[in-house]
Amino acid sequence: MALKIIASQCTSCSACEAECPNVAISEKNGTFVINPKKCTECLGHFDAPQCAAVCPVDNTCVIDTSYPRYQLPA
Amino acid sequence: MHASTQQDGPAASSLTPLVTIDAVMQQVAEHKGCGTQGGSGKASCGSAAGQGDLPTEIWEKVKNHPCYSEEAHHHYARMHVAVAPACNIQCNYCNRKYDCANESRPGVVSERLTPEQAAKKVVAVASTIPQMTVLGIAGPGDPLANPAKTFKTFELISQTAPDIKLCLSTNGLALPDHVDTIARYNVDHVTITINMVDPEIGAKIYPWIFWNHKRYTGVEAAKILTDRQLQGLEMLTERGILCKVNSVMIPGVNDQHLVEVNRAVKSRGAFLHNIMPLISAPEHGTVFGLTGQRGPTAQELKALQDSCEGEMNMMRHCRQCRADAVGLLGEDRSAEFTTEKIMEMEVAYDLDGRKAYQAKVEEERVAKVAAKHEELATLAGESSDITLLVAVATKGSGLINEHFGHAKEFQVYELSTAGAKFVGHRRVDLYCQGGYGDEGSLETVIRAINDCHAVFVAKIGGCPKDDLTKAGIEPVDGYAHEFIEKSAIAWFKGYLEKVASGALEHQPRGDAAIRQGALIVAA
Repeated sequence: MALKIIASQCTSCSACEAECPNVAISEKNGTFVINPKKCTECLGHFDAPQCAAVCPVDNTCVIDTSYPRYQLPA
Repeated sequence: MHASTQQDGPAASSLTPLVTIDAVMQQVAEHKGCGTQGGSGKASCGSAAGQGDLPTEIWEKVKNHPCYSEEAHHHYARMHVAVAPACNIQCNYCNRKYDCANESRPGVVSERLTPEQAAKKVVAVASTIPQMTVLGIAGPGDPLANPAKTFKTFELISQTAPDIKLCLSTNGLALPDHVDTIARYNVDHVTITINMVDPEIGAKIYPWIFWNHKRYTGVEAAKILTDRQLQGLEMLTERGILCKVNSVMIPGVNDQHLVEVNRAVKSRGAFLHNIMPLISAPEHGTVFGLTGQRGPTAQELKALQDSCEGEMNMMRHCRQCRADAVGLLGEDRSAEFTTEKIMEMEVAYDLDGRKAYQAKVEEERVAKVAAKHEELATLAGESSDITLLVAVATKGSGLINEHFGHAKEFQVYELSTAGAKFVGHRRVDLYCQGGYGDEGSLETVIRAINDCHAVFVAKIGGCPKDDLTKAGIEPVDGYAHEFIEKSAIAWFKGYLEKVASGALEHQPRGDAAIRQGALIVAA
């Protein structure tokens, strides 16, 4: 249902925060976190998740497998 | 805030283009006084020395800007505030994960600031360092990938410290979207980092860009980037905003190509070109650091700068400083102004005090220039093909006022019968800490200034003196606390006399190494 940010890799550059169309990203304890309730994996907004596309560290904004994948409402 | 929502093209501009400045820019671009052709090697070029024959409007803009005027950098300080952490491109010479307080290179900071904290910091620094005349936003990401924070900071500073010049340094990708805002906030100096105008070369430097909500890679990414950079440059110079272009020299990737970049940016009105050596130590963890891409040697860098100089003004005093640096170029006082410290400081902005101090600095500058001209006159009539480099230990103010063992860097001047010309600087580890020598460090210093015939110092111990002499570098301490250029010219005159009389044989020197590692701050 959502992406997550691997905290140990996050540089706290904040680039993802501004790009998120759902305002799902915020700063918490020095790194950024994604609110899984708000994240739509950018479906319906953009071709690819914006946080992962702008993140300077590869494999830091990744699909959170503890949630089912997000589905656009029918 | 998304970049695309800020799109207002030139037609939407509420500002009247400054036609007169535009004409002046053209004049600057065409200005011939500083060519290397003809072998004069004259240092009278606007950015290099004093006003020379620079138009007054331009001189007024750059004369107190340490990053735009070589002469000003001896006297005036700058600071960067790290309010812009986000970036919109990835460069192979940058690694955002690496951050160390002792590390000195662009893209590195110890802490991020909010615009409000940044404004407070600027006032605190300006009150402590009255020669601080310039505030820049240079990241640690890209200022224009953080437009809200960047422009909020400028707004706050222009209210509390109206005499401070505002500038920013960008990769240029988002630049065309923000040119009007830049003009509105009276940002009168913009630096664009342009490493290529050929997307094939760009693909070797930039793995990807993020633009219009999409990640582009390879040649496609580099094509968008170069188009946006050049478009942004044109839009700025049309509005009379002074533009400097930074280029990172990457041997085997873009070194020869930078001559083409130089032509491209000159024709679009850039005022100054700053070709910097690649920093690629493996411990920084950058792509270039890990693939073993080397940086240029001192000689390679100088040769490229020299070959571009006939085309336009070259900057050679860049220290590639951190995005939170504070102080004169070559020094960093950021540790004195951490957020914790500035929030405790009670500061009142003393505009009159700053003006009085700066008037004193101006007197010092005038004296320095006069001394240089006086000494230069004594060279008149001398004719010799000899051109050589000398290193100088200085703490600023254009004086030979640093102890050899305390120097963190040496400034390098090229001497010829045309005079003394600043051509660069060499970072070195502190050779001496607490008054005793350390042989390993002395070797580092010699490697860094190995292409120099002499080193001018305020003071030097007996042992390093002998070792330098053995290495073929003459230690000169007879001009302690005197003006650099005047002293260098006087020494050079003596050198030519010794060569003419046969007392000395002129020998060419070898190449020198550009220091790669972290700048170690003295404990």
